[in-house]
Amino acid sequence: MTTDTAPTVAIPSVRAIRWKRRQVATARFIRAFSRYRSGLFGVGILLFFVAVAVSAPYVFPEYLLDPNANLSNSVYAPPSAEFYYWMGTDDLGRSVLAELAWGARPSLVVGILASIMAMIIGTLVGIASGHFRGFFGGSMERLTDWFLVLPFVPTVIVLQAVLGETTIWITVIVLGITSWPGTARLVRAQTLSVEARPYIERAKVLGNSDWAQMVRHILPNVMPLVIANTTLTVAIVILSMTTLAFLGLLDPNLISWGGMLDSADATGAALQGAWWFLIPPGLCVIAVVLAFTLIGRTLEVVLNPRLGSN
Amino acid sequence: MSSSVEDVHTQTEIVIEVDDLHVTFEGREGGTARAVDGVNIAMRKGEIIAMVGESGCGKTTLARTILGLEKPASGTVLSHGEPLQYSGRALKTYRKNVQLVLQDPTGSLNPRHSVYEAVAEGPRTHGMDDETGRVSRALAMAGLRPPERFFLRYPHELSGGQRQRVVIAGALALDPDVIIADEPVSSLDASVRGEILALMLKLRDELGLTLLVVTHDLGLAWNIADRIVVMYLGRVVEQGPTEEVLNNPQHPYTRALLSVVPEMHGTEQIVLSGETPDPTKIPSGCRFHPRCQEVRDGVAEKAGVLAACQSVSPVILSAQIPVGETELGHDAACHLVTPPPTA
Amino acid sequence: MAQQEPGGVSDAALDPTEFGRVQRPSRVSGIGRFTARRLLTGLGTLAFVLVFNFFLFQMLPGDPLARYKGAREISAEDLAALRQELESPLWEQFFNYVKDPLQLDSYSTIQGKPVWEVIADALPWTLILLGTSTLLATVIGIWIGIRAGWNRGSKFDKNSTGITLFLYATPEFWLGLLLILFFSTGFWIFPGIFPSGSAIGSGLDPWTVDGVISIAWHTVLPAASLAAVYLADYSLIMRASMVDELGQDYLMTARAKGLMDRAIRRGHAVPNASLPTITLIFLNIGFIIGGAITVETVFSYPGLGLLTWNAIQADDLPLLQALFLFFSVSVIVFNMIADIVIAAIDPRIRL
Ligand SMILES: Nc1ncnc2c1ncn2[C@@H]1O[C@H](COP(=O)(O)OP(=O)(O)OP(=O)(O)O)[C@@H](O)[C@H]1O
Ligand code: SF4
Ligand SMILES: [Mg+2]
Repeated sequence: MTTDTAPTVAIPSVRAIRWKRRQVATARFIRAFSRYRSGLFGVGILLFFVAVAVSAPYVFPEYLLDPNANLSNSVYAPPSAEFYYWMGTDDLGRSVLAELAWGARPSLVVGILASIMAMIIGTLVGIASGHFRGFFGGSMERLTDWFLVLPFVPTVIVLQAVLGETTIWITVIVLGITSWPGTARLVRAQTLSVEARPYIERAKVLGNSDWAQMVRHILPNVMPLVIANTTLTVAIVILSMTTLAFLGLLDPNLISWGGMLDSADATGAALQGAWWFLIPPGLCVIAVVLAFTLIGRTLEVVLNPRLGSN
Repeated sequence: MSSSVEDVHTQTEIVIEVDDLHVTFEGREGGTARAVDGVNIAMRKGEIIAMVGESGCGKTTLARTILGLEKPASGTVLSHGEPLQYSGRALKTYRKNVQLVLQDPTGSLNPRHSVYEAVAEGPRTHGMDDETGRVSRALAMAGLRPPERFFLRYPHELSGGQRQRVVIAGALALDPDVIIADEPVSSLDASVRGEILALMLKLRDELGLTLLVVTHDLGLAWNIADRIVVMYLGRVVEQGPTEEVLNNPQHPYTRALLSVVPEMHGTEQIVLSGETPDPTKIPSGCRFHPRCQEVRDGVAEKAGVLAACQSVSPVILSAQIPVGETELGHDAACHLVTPPPTA
Repeated sequence: MAQQEPGGVSDAALDPTEFGRVQRPSRVSGIGRFTARRLLTGLGTLAFVLVFNFFLFQMLPGDPLARYKGAREISAEDLAALRQELESPLWEQFFNYVKDPLQLDSYSTIQGKPVWEVIADALPWTLILLGTSTLLATVIGIWIGIRAGWNRGSKFDKNSTGITLFLYATPEFWLGLLLILFFSTGFWIFPGIFPSGSAIGSGLDPWTVDGVISIAWHTVLPAASLAAVYLADYSLIMRASMVDELGQDYLMTARAKGLMDRAIRRGHAVPNASLPTITLIFLNIGFIIGGAITVETVFSYPGLGLLTWNAIQADDLPLLQALFLFFSVSVIVFNMIADIVIAAIDPRIRL
């Protein structure tokens, strides 16, 4: 191999072309995504709630949420024309509208962070259990099966008790720990089918270590699926968090939609016909969960993680 | 045929040797598939060996075992006389010298890696210097010129033949001594096949590479190989210099294979009876006897070897040069060729 | 062509669907062997749950003695024994636990009865609720899924997918609260005709006609809340599998050959497409046994869910520990049943 001339490719141009390719790919992705109305609808809802979550502190001053600052308000006052009280008051005389806006914050933060945590654990375990044959892979597979059967609420209760207080971060960790097995199973199945591709064989023959095979070849090929799946996991995590809040298992000082429903249930809002404290929080949960579900389903189609294509 | 053929048979430096190799798989239905069942092959420096045989006879398994991708149930793979070690590091060093080219070039390339990345993968993994230089030399050698134009292409932007060239370049970038190609052209257009075959001849002539080419296609073997190894149901049934094997086939199975090749004029087409063989149920005696046309047509009986065909396994062909000779001869594992000891 | 390329595992084994369990080829074949193997992994999982259960509850902060004694009357002798046990070294406690993993003698601190008795009292109610809601969700969900998937893109498909996605996103307890608001309290034009507390009218004997009617009446709203949410899940999965199945070559040919749509649907598409849904239904049964907590709380329905909630509120650790075990085991068991049922229907899975 001595005959041919040395190459004359300048590094910057390689970069530039690569950058160009990324841009083209991104543009193609956006175009493909925007062909799905339901996906765009999901993005729209999500953007709305993100805006609400970000602006809540500016639009609704914190005193509106303080039980002691609203003692003079009447309890379960029906909706009125005054902006803060468009949605009436709750069992403590606070503005329901303000609570709804503030409640968007923990839903999004916990939902996204816990899902990312589940994504990381699930992807690591899933790839490892699909790639390694023998004892290690088998153990990872078993571990997934084991975590899959743990009963959700009791596990959360005990984990929280073990971890100490119930801050929002503890909730993130607890939900992350309980949400990864589904991702791991999915990633494992996908890893197995990537493993059967000849380029993995080629990678082995070229001398790649297990680690290099996983990072260079398997991970990039399971990533689209993981991203779509994580988006769907956010939806499930938000529902789980709502359940926990409803059972009084979140930080009691945190304003959340599930917590609002807990108060509504505990103080008999349904029996008193206080629909404004009962219906809007549920609709907010549904809207956000629906948004992530719609986006996730669209990503599944658009990123089309069928192997070999792309 | 290349001019170096004559030298090849007298050269005795054996690069890779396979000694009494057995590879088995646990079958789903409970049996054990003996995919490779006692094979001896010696690959001498600079020769091109074609391995032919019908689907399922164990060619791919043998190739993968030579690369250490499959562990033999018994027997050894030797590299320059040293038995292959199966530790990660030993395999890595070994595979720097012995590279693999697969049948399906599309599947062999990660769809998310550019040509440059695909070819640079080997040198990078082995920490070799002058990566860019190596990549462009390998691409040029594999016939992709000018190499720079291909650096940033992705596999889906290339033709099948170009993809196979990229795979070959990826192997060449490691400066190997041996390339094992498992049906390298069977998924390509007829027009492209010739080019890839010419490329392989060129690699042998210019780089002194040793090649083992697995194929279904006897015509292909005729065109490039110095030596042919015919496999049937996990065993080598005939081996010898290409011209001798093709012009004067000894084993009934080889004759049957040749009779259906259109270019082989003059022979009547021999139709094999019986089902395609199952490596979990290898017949007793000669493993070919349930389908052998000589048995069916009574030739074996006339020659008095029928009983042996049914109960005595023909000798396993050796890869060693017989004592007193200078080159490997032409052998066939058939009682009609070499009478069984009892007869 | 029975060609095996490198890797050597067939496509069936690599079925990358979320619910297709992937197993390596092995010598074992036949449904009997499969069942045996599956029981073995089930036992392994059970062992993990037992160990996890022990250590998790060990790690809880606070005074264990108070927890395990609770409000129950206890003799000085028993108290001393309990204290001694709780103060013995961890390995000894673990050993005792392994000898008696069900903790048959442990007492619920709120009810002053053995925990397993408490669970046995609540179980029938849970089974009634679970049975009703699963039946509803399965029948309706699968029906919608088949129709929507078969007529993909039709008006029915669009509407039903929209509605089921909405239901999928709904917290089941919120639906319960709404149902109470509308059909129990009575609100606006809605009649408050269904009861929403307990599972049977007070003082009624469940084994009389009046009792049975009362039970049925009490089950309507909680069962509807659960069924609505789960049917969404089932119909979405069923629809997706139908769509997948319709893309298969054999169905295309069957349709092209002009076979009656209905015959194809009954004979081929539906049976094949149901496998993932069946798996999911069994899995969910396992989960709902422990997962109806919120719905049972909302309706004060005295099943295992409400029991769990009460145990949480009262910090009744022995009961919670037993419930944890019970819920895990039900998931394990139903998971196992799902795998075996699927393997019996579809031999590809068995390998
Ligand atoms: N990983 C595996 N597990 C089980 N059986 C296998 C495996 N790999 C190969 N086999 C079996 O071993 C036998 C030989 O297969 P092999 O792929 O080596 O044949 P081949 O000669 O390359 O066939 P083809 O010409 O079709 O490529 C076949 O019966 C095959 O089913
Ligand atoms: S040994 Fe007998 S059966 Fe085998 S090939 Fe020769 S003649 Fe045929
Ligand atoms: Mg092959």
